[in-house]
Amino acid sequence: MTTEAADKGAPRVSPLYDPKVRGIAYQVVLALIILFVVYEATTNAIENLRAAKIASGFGFWSVEAGFDINQKLIPFSSTGGSTYGDAFLVGLLNTLLVAFIGIILATILGFVIGIARLSNNWIIAKLSMVYVEVIRNTPLLLQLLFWYNAVLKPLPDPRNSLSLFGAIFLNNRGVVMPSPVPGPNFDWTWIASLVAIAIWIGLSYFARKQQAATGKRFPANLIGFGLFIILPLIAYWAAGSPLSFEYPKQSRFNLTGGMQIYPEFVALLVGLTIYTAGFIAENVRAGILAVSKGQSEAAHALGLSNGQTLRLIVVPQAMRVIIPPLTSQYLNLTKNSSLAVAIGYPDLVQVFTGTVLNQTGQAVEVIAITMLVYLTISLTTSFFMNIYNSRMALVER
Amino acid sequence: MTIGDNVTPMDASGAYLGSGDLPQRKPPVTSRGLVAWVRDNLFSSIPNTIMTLLGFWILWEITPPILDFLIFDAVWEGSGRDACLESVRNAPVGACWAFVKVRLGYFFYGQYPIDERWRVDTVWAMGAIGVVWLLWPRVPYKNWGSLYFFLIFPVVAFFLLVGTPAFNLQKVPTNLWGGVLVTLVISTVGIVFSLPLGVLLALGRRSKLPLVRLFSVIFIEFVRGVPLITVLFMANVMLPLFLPDGWRPDSLIRVLVGIALFASAYMAEIVRGGLQAIGRGQYEGAQSLGLGYWQMMVLIILPQALKIVIPNIVNTFIGLFKDTTLVSIVGIFDFLKTIEASFVDPRWATPVTRATGYAFAAIFYFIFCWGMSQYSQWMERKLATGHKR
Repeated sequence: MTTEAADKGAPRVSPLYDPKVRGIAYQVVLALIILFVVYEATTNAIENLRAAKIASGFGFWSVEAGFDINQKLIPFSSTGGSTYGDAFLVGLLNTLLVAFIGIILATILGFVIGIARLSNNWIIAKLSMVYVEVIRNTPLLLQLLFWYNAVLKPLPDPRNSLSLFGAIFLNNRGVVMPSPVPGPNFDWTWIASLVAIAIWIGLSYFARKQQAATGKRFPANLIGFGLFIILPLIAYWAAGSPLSFEYPKQSRFNLTGGMQIYPEFVALLVGLTIYTAGFIAENVRAGILAVSKGQSEAAHALGLSNGQTLRLIVVPQAMRVIIPPLTSQYLNLTKNSSLAVAIGYPDLVQVFTGTVLNQTGQAVEVIAITMLVYLTISLTTSFFMNIYNSRMALVER
Repeated sequence: MTIGDNVTPMDASGAYLGSGDLPQRKPPVTSRGLVAWVRDNLFSSIPNTIMTLLGFWILWEITPPILDFLIFDAVWEGSGRDACLESVRNAPVGACWAFVKVRLGYFFYGQYPIDERWRVDTVWAMGAIGVVWLLWPRVPYKNWGSLYFFLIFPVVAFFLLVGTPAFNLQKVPTNLWGGVLVTLVISTVGIVFSLPLGVLLALGRRSKLPLVRLFSVIFIEFVRGVPLITVLFMANVMLPLFLPDGWRPDSLIRVLVGIALFASAYMAEIVRGGLQAIGRGQYEGAQSLGLGYWQMMVLIILPQALKIVIPNIVNTFIGLFKDTTLVSIVGIFDFLKTIEASFVDPRWATPVTRATGYAFAAIFYFIFCWGMSQYSQWMERKLATGHKR
């Protein structure tokens, strides 16, 4: 029987059992199901929208928005002819603002705590462990509500603000700080800092070349940092100290003047930073543990000091392990900033998916745009981090 | 210095050899016991000592207020706000546990009719049996356990919780559900549906069929790229639009759909990791035995792949459990929302009520999540034997 089949070459099978035919059949079925679902959903949506008399399309984008937003990076007012499109921009900028600052702070705090968890000092290591366990095992929303409702809201009202040095005021409407008012020639200070940074970059390039050629080390970072401090100071002094501060003043019911940071922003920033730092700390710890002990022992054997070992041997190798999960923590922080809606910080979701959606009723368009924004942020970040990652990985021999 | 004295250069190559004995070193003061431990771990150097003092200072600043609030100044008995008011008690007031005590039924069952709460208890007991059966490695008949937890338990739980006239169980609409009940229902439904869906998506992503792969990749990347809250908004606002006119799923169902889809994308990536960890030989071995695709997957690959990723599945579940709090934003009364809702009760309006509620919620979530993470770490150690590279 078997020999017979072998004589005829490839056995003839019914098309029913041909993997290729089956594969195509499965895909056709899947495509039909998807098409059917999409078709049904679209027709139903059109039908339902017509029945509810909700407009469709993106015409609402340039319709005047009749509401105000307290925190805004670009001008926005209900009376000044701002549109829903402007509201979208305000929300998006607020999301990016809190995500950007949050990422920086969470990285710093996360690295400190991650390294502290590996400390030889028993009490510091245990304290960091307790921090990480408590923060990671309670919901972020609970933490945000706690910061906003239980910590910031019970602060005194503006009339009885807590004050720091008579300049910074803390009350239940946020933090009020002196706002810097740059004078006419203040731009020179900015220019001086830029020049200093340029020199710093040039110096470190030169130092690296010199070390590769001669083995001599040039203290580029020290000099660069010094210039970065001194040059702007000289420029500032030469321009006649053109910076003044506008201090908040206590008026009858409120504080006027100065720069106000809203409690929603503070609560969201603090919550996101502390929560994400707990996760980053764990990534950092795992990354450092992933560098084998032989590496630091070899570095010590070469005569490198503790600091040099950490900076030149351990951290570069640990970074390779740390960066992929770090990226996803950054993305998580950005996505988690959407919890702003629970405490009323005017981020993209609160402004756009909240207020604009309620006013226009155009759920499909609004939610689609919101999702697209987050998707774009996610995909762009992971794209750039992948590039960085592959550059880091190439160093491996 | 000391070494230099009794070392002489031996040859031109620059090697050195000692010519005499080194001076004896003093023995360490002590290398065992509490004193040595304290020296090594807390005061080994000046920076270390500074760190230790800093640590003690942080402990000193943090611990007493927390303990005072939670235990020593806490109010355990009382029937109204007077019990927890500083002005009435003339003593510092910590947590107002009396408020939690009175509200405990609401926190656990929401507005579920009091006479019917035994049904909820039964479901919890059934769920606990399923969880122990599946997660405790010593318990035998895991196959039956999976069948029980993923098929029998959901069906029975559904009829018990919703109620059915056939068994003389009064109908309880979902808008009366609340508290821990809703939190557990959402997270359980999330895990029960996301695991099979996630396995399918993971298989789809590794499939040779381009269309299936494309669909899986788009779904997974899309869902993982957007925040849960937008998925919930979508489920809440857009799902009714997409369904025919007569279909109006109630709000809990909508949220459950959103959560299940969201969790399945994350589950898919975890299962994919497990699939990738299985060696080629397993696939080839299965194929050489003449097994078809599904036989190979179900009998050979998935049991191994899923076993490897149990810790990750548990970690995802912890995330899911914490994320269930987000449903309160779309108006579902989960545990956190019932606590929030209780704050507006004027009979318990005191300055400490909020802090008490949050502390209670934090303790609740911490016990669950920390317990699960301990389990996953224990499982990881258990699985590590023999799998370690």
